[in-house]
Amino acid sequence: MPALDLVANVVVSGILTGLVYGLMALGLSVIFGVVRVVNFAHGEMMTIAMYAATALFIALKLDPFVAMLPIAAAFFVFGYALQTALINPFITRPEHSQFMLLVAVAIILVNAMLMIFGPDARNVQVDYQLESYELGPLLLDKGRLLAAAAAVIAAAGLFAFFRYTLTGKAIRACADNYLGARVVGLNVKHLYALTFGLGAVCVAIAGCAMVLLVDVTPPLGPAYTLLAFVIVIVGGLGSMGGALLGGVLIGVSEALAGLFIAPSAKSMFSFGLLILVLLLRPQGLLGRRA
Amino acid sequence: MQRRQFNTALAAASAAAAISPFNIVRAQAQKLKVGVILPRSGYLGFIGQSCQKGADLAPEVIKEMLGVDIELMNADFESNVDTARTRAERLIQEGANVLVGPFDSGAAAAIAQVAEQRGVPLVINIAAAPQITEQGYKFVFRNFQTAGDIVRNGLDLIGELFQATSTVPRTAVYMHVNDTFGQAMTKGINAMLPSRTQLPFKIVEQIGYDPAAKDLTVEVSKAKAANADFLLLVCRLNDAIILRREMVKQRWQPMGIISPGSPGMYEEQYFKTLGKLSEHSISNVPWYNPKAKLTQVVEKAFKKHNPKDNLVFHGLNAGFTFEAILIAADAFKRAKSTDPKTLADAIRQTNISEKMTLGAPIKFNAKGQVEGIGSACVQNLNLLPTVVLPQEAATAKPVFPVPGYKKT
Repeated sequence: MPALDLVANVVVSGILTGLVYGLMALGLSVIFGVVRVVNFAHGEMMTIAMYAATALFIALKLDPFVAMLPIAAAFFVFGYALQTALINPFITRPEHSQFMLLVAVAIILVNAMLMIFGPDARNVQVDYQLESYELGPLLLDKGRLLAAAAAVIAAAGLFAFFRYTLTGKAIRACADNYLGARVVGLNVKHLYALTFGLGAVCVAIAGCAMVLLVDVTPPLGPAYTLLAFVIVIVGGLGSMGGALLGGVLIGVSEALAGLFIAPSAKSMFSFGLLILVLLLRPQGLLGRRA
Repeated sequence: MQRRQFNTALAAASAAAAISPFNIVRAQAQKLKVGVILPRSGYLGFIGQSCQKGADLAPEVIKEMLGVDIELMNADFESNVDTARTRAERLIQEGANVLVGPFDSGAAAAIAQVAEQRGVPLVINIAAAPQITEQGYKFVFRNFQTAGDIVRNGLDLIGELFQATSTVPRTAVYMHVNDTFGQAMTKGINAMLPSRTQLPFKIVEQIGYDPAAKDLTVEVSKAKAANADFLLLVCRLNDAIILRREMVKQRWQPMGIISPGSPGMYEEQYFKTLGKLSEHSISNVPWYNPKAKLTQVVEKAFKKHNPKDNLVFHGLNAGFTFEAILIAADAFKRAKSTDPKTLADAIRQTNISEKMTLGAPIKFNAKGQVEGIGSACVQNLNLLPTVVLPQEAATAKPVFPVPGYKKT
């Protein structure tokens, strides 16, 4: 039986990583919750953000936390344009058309990354990457802690935006009642594009934070898309709080599975959790019943 | 066409077909086409590129040595076993007379099947899983230690290291990659360690991990909690870097990190990425002989091809890859043919005593395996892989236990 401080350290590490996972999945959840389109290129977009952070670090020695701002801005524009130019025409089409469209986008993104960056792993090496804080028996990896803090701040900002701003409320109105929103004169297409842009911002911030934790390679994209799906299904598709909760649960369960069973059983455990949720609470832990 | 004309045409075609193989042989016999298949990208990419350096200089050096013309046909299998199989098929379709590679045991097993099915010789440069040469293959040859040999030599060198440094570690935590190579090594260690009574330590925890892992936090936490005296590690390159960084983050400082025979910690990228953190890691591996005459020839060509590189970081990868091509070229010279079967028979008769790597002359046994390849205890000292044991080949004294990590 592992010692308590070992379990505590592994759990804390799982929570911190899970928060970054949660932010990534939050983007997917927000897009689906409003636009009702499942972004199958989500992980690939995050991988692009990770590459952008490494490129800015190599070229300008820009810390990934500073690089978050320009990358998030660029991703907002990218997300807005993608929704306006490509996805909006598919909004009223059958779901399989939307699925094929976004899978095609994902494949194009992976191959473009392979052509531009090659298949080798890349990372950033910031000064504080090897530092850790000691808190009683806990040893907190500084990079992981900062990444989790960035995820929490970004998520809180998004919550506040949807709750307190007029645009945020308008977007929620679109999500609640598409026809009603159009009747009262809201520019739904613009609000959809805005939502996709915000989802892309979540992905960009998560990518910049994640690059401190793992090396980036193009094949990482599909793996993260799958992970984001697992998280939002566990947390509840369309629920913002559910995405964060799902991220933390997956992060912790993977860490504990690695500790108690075998490191190679990590993914097996998160998919086991997914099946359990689908059986017992199909709408997800914080999702609303349809 | 009348029947008589048809018969004449058929006879002419048959005669042409009967003669053409000789034409092909004669045409091909002027040059040996070597299909070099390596993981030049993906998680084994840096090591594959290091091996490629040995291949790139081979045609020039071998032309000088044996007067044989070699044409390299390079293929990258992207650290993916399925890709290795298809790349090998393609190289053969494109006319490779012999295959050389692939560094990785999983890929070697896949390519060996292709080589055997298509009847084209494969000379393995680096790959240690014993089963590759235990299948009764007729076209597969290996000039590298098997996992059993690596472990045996590696464990013996660990004993010598403890003796030389007058240390008696009692416990070890064993971490290993969970691929074909890692599992073969684990099997070897578990089988041989109990009988090695001169080794004073016991393995208190065994942790396998994915060689393509992006995060080893949990694995290192678990290893640290074992509170063992030292870390016994069978790794690759990228995971070794991630693992070393994670050890520092988690402030885990065992007496040392010792590999009983795996790549990773003597590679240039390990030094480049980790800097001072790479210091004192120990690898007991098949190594090259810096004093050998051939090494000096190869080193000269290496410098010409790679002016910014130092052979010491690539000696193992480039050395064994060069030797694999040398074996093929030597056989081709004796066989005077690129006919696969004749070439395979000639490879089987190889006897090369002037070699670059440590150990006995290159001679294949009935299974296609070279025996008696030597190992060295290589420790990272002053940012260079340095031979510290055996004493007759050592250029520095081993440091063990290693000093703690200090931020620079």
